[in-house]
Amino acid sequence: MLPSLLVYGLINSVTLAITALGFSLTYGISRVANFAHGALYVLAGFSAWFFLNRLQLNYYLAAALAILLTSLIGAAIYRLALIRVRGMPLLEIIVTFALGTAVLETLRYFGFFGSHYSLPPMIRGSVNLLGVPVDLQRVALVVVGASLVLFLWLFTRYTRIGLAFRAMAQDEQAAMMLGIDSDFMATLSLALGSALVALAAVVVLPLSFIATESGSNILVSAIAVCILGGLESTAGVVVASLLIGYAQIVTVTYLGPHYQMIVALLAILLTLIVKPSGLFGQQKELEERV
Amino acid sequence: MARRLERIDRPIKVLTEDIYALSSLRTMLYVAAPRLLPALLVLLIPVLAPGDYFQRVATLAAIYGLLALSWDFIALSTGLVSLGQALFFGVGAYLAGLLNLQFGLHPSLTLLLATVIGATICTALLAPCLPLRGIYFAMTTLVYPLLMARTIEATAIVGGTDGLVGVASFPGVWSERYLILIFLLAAAFSLRRLMTTDFGLVLRSISDNDQAVRASGINLTYYKLIAVWIGAALGSFAGAYFTHLYMFVGLSAFSLDLSILPIACAVVGGLGTLAGPVLGAFILVPLAEMLRDLGTLRIVAYSLLLVALVLFKPEGILSYLKRKYEQVERWVEV
Repeated sequence: MLPSLLVYGLINSVTLAITALGFSLTYGISRVANFAHGALYVLAGFSAWFFLNRLQLNYYLAAALAILLTSLIGAAIYRLALIRVRGMPLLEIIVTFALGTAVLETLRYFGFFGSHYSLPPMIRGSVNLLGVPVDLQRVALVVVGASLVLFLWLFTRYTRIGLAFRAMAQDEQAAMMLGIDSDFMATLSLALGSALVALAAVVVLPLSFIATESGSNILVSAIAVCILGGLESTAGVVVASLLIGYAQIVTVTYLGPHYQMIVALLAILLTLIVKPSGLFGQQKELEERV
Repeated sequence: MARRLERIDRPIKVLTEDIYALSSLRTMLYVAAPRLLPALLVLLIPVLAPGDYFQRVATLAAIYGLLALSWDFIALSTGLVSLGQALFFGVGAYLAGLLNLQFGLHPSLTLLLATVIGATICTALLAPCLPLRGIYFAMTTLVYPLLMARTIEATAIVGGTDGLVGVASFPGVWSERYLILIFLLAAAFSLRRLMTTDFGLVLRSISDNDQAVRASGINLTYYKLIAVWIGAALGSFAGAYFTHLYMFVGLSAFSLDLSILPIACAVVGGLGTLAGPVLGAFILVPLAEMLRDLGTLRIVAYSLLLVALVLFKPEGILSYLKRKYEQVERWVEV
């Protein structure tokens, strides 16, 4: 019992972290809460499926194309829509949420729902971890998740664009005075966030099927992780997804699968009530809590 | 030649700004018409609308109008943006269903009790989040209806996924049609009135600058609680009415549509005008019914319309009409 809890809790945590990183990154840099996050996840899954099955492309090529397409859409959302309502959180939320709903319902209209569509696993076979059999796709997921966190950490510290991102996150006005183009950076942040969620979709979706219904679940769990961790902190995302991931696996094992989402929702509520800035966020505390 | 659009108040508008509004029949009509005419139109719907189908659409529009009004009131008075109108609606709907099925109460009584108790429950749930602002408050409210629906699903209380079936309907068709319309009108007019009183002044200033209000020695939490309670009461009434109308309440009472559509109505009608969201509901709900054949593409059309309005015409219909009614526009050379 315990080894299986440990292993599957870790896998669940990495799944949460990898789907939440994009949301956290976008919000951290441009202060845009991208409520189309879940829709982009589903869209990336379906486009990968389309490239793979309809166009008969190579698996990795299909995945790469899906990620590219999603990031372009993310950039387009900022350039065409969000740029006009920048700085008005309510309108940003309405716009991204409505666009996300439009994407999901269009997919549903063309019959992409239910359990008919799935991506094949990238790697087949399984290994034993602590005496628990784990298929290699899940191992790959953990590896990708860990390397993604490492990559983001290095990226935001050792590249010009990464440093510009951090400057934007800390003080937008000062960043603009130093010649950083705020709108260009925000576009990039949307593109990068969308690319991250597309990558998550390509890696996570082979474990289940692609369904439009999962869009809102992905959005809620991403929000849960980001809020518990503090909305702009990558370290917060990692710690929060470990907390929520293990809590979910424990409740699911002892109470039943219906409680998985309740854990995430309760995490959001309790964090916002007790400590709205989350475990690792500092900047927003004074501003948002009277 | 550089030109700009100049806007000047109509002479009659200036004339009606004070006690002089009473000076002639014309000025009195000018002031009263935009208020009385829509109210009269709404009251005539049950008489004029042909057939049950149109009646039902009008009733649905009134229900959404009530939710939109509640959303707009909370946003206008406290600056809190709620993404969870479905919480108010769902709590009211389930309370009415439970009161009717468990205790066999008459619909008139369940409506009253569900409104008062529902509003109190919702206010108690939201009370810990009231210090939050902006996106943080929005996210908390987004979570509540989801949490409610998932909890009912997981624990199978109050009917679980099947919902509550066999709730009593209204005693007569006329009471059913008029109740919601009269309540809607009364709510819209009394809230507009409330916002002009001293109490309303405090509420309005909370959304403008809450720190200044606090510095004046006014208890922010007290005012916010009352504003949320009023908003929640309107939402709960809509939910309770819906339960009796369809004689059924299920998990759909907490669905996301009920949170999103009121916001869309408010955006279409004009944010912060109180009457605007009601107008928006009477435009959007029939529109949605017309597009019903499109299936889920309806929601796509809807979302895109909402985005287009937010991006290109954020003013809202009511504000536009008000401007045209009160001002003349002309191009002048600079």
